Amino acid sequence: MAEDIVLLADQVSRYFDVSRPWLQRTLAREPKQLLRAVDGISFRVARGSTLSLVGESGCGKSTVARLAVGLYTPSGGEIRFEGENISAARAQPDLRRRMNMIFQDPYASLNPRWRVRDIVAEPIRAFKLLSSNADINARVGALLTQVGLAPADGDKFPHEFSGGQRQRISIARALSSEPEFLVCDEPTSALDVSVQAQILNLMKDLQQRLGLTYLFISHNLSVVRHMSDRLGVMYLGRIVEIGPAGEIFANPRHPYTKLLLDAIPDLDMVGRARTPVGGEVPSPINPPPGCPFHPRCPLANARCKTEKPQVLRLDTVEVACHAAEEGRTTA
Amino acid sequence: MLGRFLDSDVFYSFRRNPLAVGSAIVLACILIGSVFSPWLAPTNPFDLASLNVMDSFNPPAFMPDGARANLLGTDEQGRDVLSSIMYGTRVSLFVGVLAVAFAITLGVTVGLVAGYLGGFVESVLMRITDVQLSFPSILIALLVDGIARAVLPRELHNELELYVLIFAIGISGWPQFARTVRGSTMVERGKEYVMAARVIGIGSARIMFSHILPNVLGPVLVIATLSLGQAILAEATLSFLGVGLPPTEPSLGTLIRIGQNFLLSGEWWVTIFPGVALALMVLAINLLGDWLRDALNPRLR
Amino acid sequence: MALLDVVDLVVEFPTRRGVLRALDGVSLSIDPGEVLGVVGESGAGKSLTGAAIIGLLEPPGRVASGQILLNGERIDTKTQEQMRPLRGKQIGAIFQDPLTTLNPLYSIGRQLVETMQTHMKLSDRDAQARAIKWLEDVGIPAAAQRIGAYPHQFSGGMRQRVVIALALCAEPKLVIADEPTTALDVSIQAQIITLLKRLTREHGTSVMLITHDMGVIAETADRVAVMYAGRLAEIGPVAEVVKHPAHPYTEGLMGSIPSLTHRVERLRQIDGSMPRLTAIPTGCAFNPRCDKVFDRCRTDRPGLLPSGQTQAACWLYAMEAANG
Repeated sequence: MAEDIVLLADQVSRYFDVSRPWLQRTLAREPKQLLRAVDGISFRVARGSTLSLVGESGCGKSTVARLAVGLYTPSGGEIRFEGENISAARAQPDLRRRMNMIFQDPYASLNPRWRVRDIVAEPIRAFKLLSSNADINARVGALLTQVGLAPADGDKFPHEFSGGQRQRISIARALSSEPEFLVCDEPTSALDVSVQAQILNLMKDLQQRLGLTYLFISHNLSVVRHMSDRLGVMYLGRIVEIGPAGEIFANPRHPYTKLLLDAIPDLDMVGRARTPVGGEVPSPINPPPGCPFHPRCPLANARCKTEKPQVLRLDTVEVACHAAEEGRTTA
Repeated sequence: MLGRFLDSDVFYSFRRNPLAVGSAIVLACILIGSVFSPWLAPTNPFDLASLNVMDSFNPPAFMPDGARANLLGTDEQGRDVLSSIMYGTRVSLFVGVLAVAFAITLGVTVGLVAGYLGGFVESVLMRITDVQLSFPSILIALLVDGIARAVLPRELHNELELYVLIFAIGISGWPQFARTVRGSTMVERGKEYVMAARVIGIGSARIMFSHILPNVLGPVLVIATLSLGQAILAEATLSFLGVGLPPTEPSLGTLIRIGQNFLLSGEWWVTIFPGVALALMVLAINLLGDWLRDALNPRLR
Repeated sequence: MALLDVVDLVVEFPTRRGVLRALDGVSLSIDPGEVLGVVGESGAGKSLTGAAIIGLLEPPGRVASGQILLNGERIDTKTQEQMRPLRGKQIGAIFQDPLTTLNPLYSIGRQLVETMQTHMKLSDRDAQARAIKWLEDVGIPAAAQRIGAYPHQFSGGMRQRVVIALALCAEPKLVIADEPTTALDVSIQAQIITLLKRLTREHGTSVMLITHDMGVIAETADRVAVMYAGRLAEIGPVAEVVKHPAHPYTEGLMGSIPSLTHRVERLRQIDGSMPRLTAIPTGCAFNPRCDKVFDRCRTDRPGLLPSGQTQAACWLYAMEAANG
């Protein structure tokens, strides 16, 4: 079964040098400090589907979003878009046009001094898809209608709209270059619940109608459940579990995935008592040796403290966990 | 657009602030009086043919033995002081406004480039800014003016004096714009609308000037207003010191300098009135600038 | 008798475009030892309600009418000077951002000791010992050693635990928690919620838990009040409101939340958005977006009407009441 893969990440890493300036560092005889935001992850996104990457702060998902769209270059490994290395792909306007991004903050993602019409038309102009102003305005009007706004809204400025409406404008902008692949970086995290529902429904509709492929980044597992076909759970720059969403929710294998699922306050569990797992996410600058989750893991053994787990395939799911490998998980 | 402005919070704050409204009125009078001076002034003090040396040192009209025709008196050559002030203000404003415009153009560009590109470019540009800021701006203006004087032949220098002065004052004033704009640019650079532009491949220059520039101009406006006052004073200082504009095309500073000789011999009006005019103008500009800074400050709203 | 009684609270903000009613007749009560959740979306007025109760409304906002009673005593008419001894001793507060709640210049021990000594007569030694006990209670490891540490030396979750200790250390009867877990990661949220529940049950403290996260309410609260556009839409026991919402807004809200357990094709969505304070519709504020709207909704504003075990501000239940 040859899948049509739009985006492929192969052992991708991205490090940031957060050392102090050279002079201070040498005087204090400190080593270089490297922040391993992303540390060897692999995933693939099939055409027309949605892959979600979920995790808490410091897990590296925002970095992955920027890597996927080519704003960062990998420190190691490779990202391929439509079969081509992403740096090469971005150098060709024709390929670059096929990817775009939706951002988290509806207030910072639209230039407050530009009219909505110009904001949405910017990709059209950048890729020279249409030339006459009349054509461009017509297309902007059509896009605004498609996301649930009115063509007349093009004359207004972003501050005249609510958070949910601004997110719609962002989506209209992302769609104006007729992309096939969208990276969505926490697109509904800053929105109220009822507005979130509208935006998620809209995104699903658009995906069906236009055949879009989504890489969906979020910290909210319920949202991810609703949106994804496949799901990857991230912790401290690594993917600890990845596979079909339904399978992972029904049968989580990695202890961290279980922790996340347990931690979510769900409406169906009114008045439930629980004992959440303690500890917090360690700093990505000095991650614990071995498996980075071992300080918080109820199943950690001596091997977990020293040896990094390799990715293991169990049915349709890939897991990086010694306990899973040794059959110690209760799944 | 005028409708939007009149309805805005900024105009509302203006209406309610008597100092701001007062300053604006004073400034408007000064502006009209000076820009339209060839038509509004009682006489043309620099038309040598119309001068009568018998008219010299007429006291101002409101003094007991004052001449009716000269509201503020005449100077040692018979020139009407009021007219001189109006023409002189025109020159002062011309120099001041253009100098500030030059400083803004240079300073904003440097600030944008330094703030957006960061790294080595930013370090170099900011060090230059810092070095220049450690000198008093008057000194810088004097230095530039002195170099021009030494380099250019005399006739050329006299012709270009006005523009040399504008350049000198402008050059002394750009760092404060660069500093502010660099800070604001660094803030805007991290915002997602900039990232959205980078994703579709928009180049750095376009991002800087189309996207970021409109968002960093707010504080620039405030600094520009206060800077205008400083530039006018700088020009007056240079002219007062004798290295600014010549008496044939005097600014307020020149007038003050010339009149200074007669201060203690009884003809005080020749130097005092230009001084008052200068002080009033700069005060009005500063008060307006203060109001503007508070009105545009989102936290005080 | 209820610990806290809010009766017909109206909060107004004079602006140059006229007077804005941010809260328009909010009534609720909290019994001793009870956790009342106040839930709503941005702009609904839930934070304002908390601020009004504790007397921290930002000027020019003011309480225009209505009453706030703590243990039967009116507190809305008190001046700032009179409110100060109440804050901390009677009413504690937990806000969203622990970084700005804690003073970065003082050690956490000192902030705890200072709070306790302001409200209770304690010697330095006793206060210090109590502070250590509180830190242990909220789960700060090695509390005796860390009591001299500064807020920036702790992680976000740890800081919020310190804030909880600070809010509870003067043994208030009521704690107002405004989005206490929103800025935290999901796994830390769970820890903080569990901690808050345990401590408040142990000390018999009532909690007014303000949040937009319905899931947190479902797990923590006894009763819940749903706010919309500065008014109360529904109030009742949490299990009822979540499983059998009476008000159409609450119903829509519950349907919008994606569930972990079962996946639907489309989330239930409420079209439109909450009206701005300057443009609240006449009659029921929700009527333009309601799928069960009828004529009366557009003209008359409904008060809270009984609907099963809850109360909802909706004309649907007037007819039921009339029909007996």
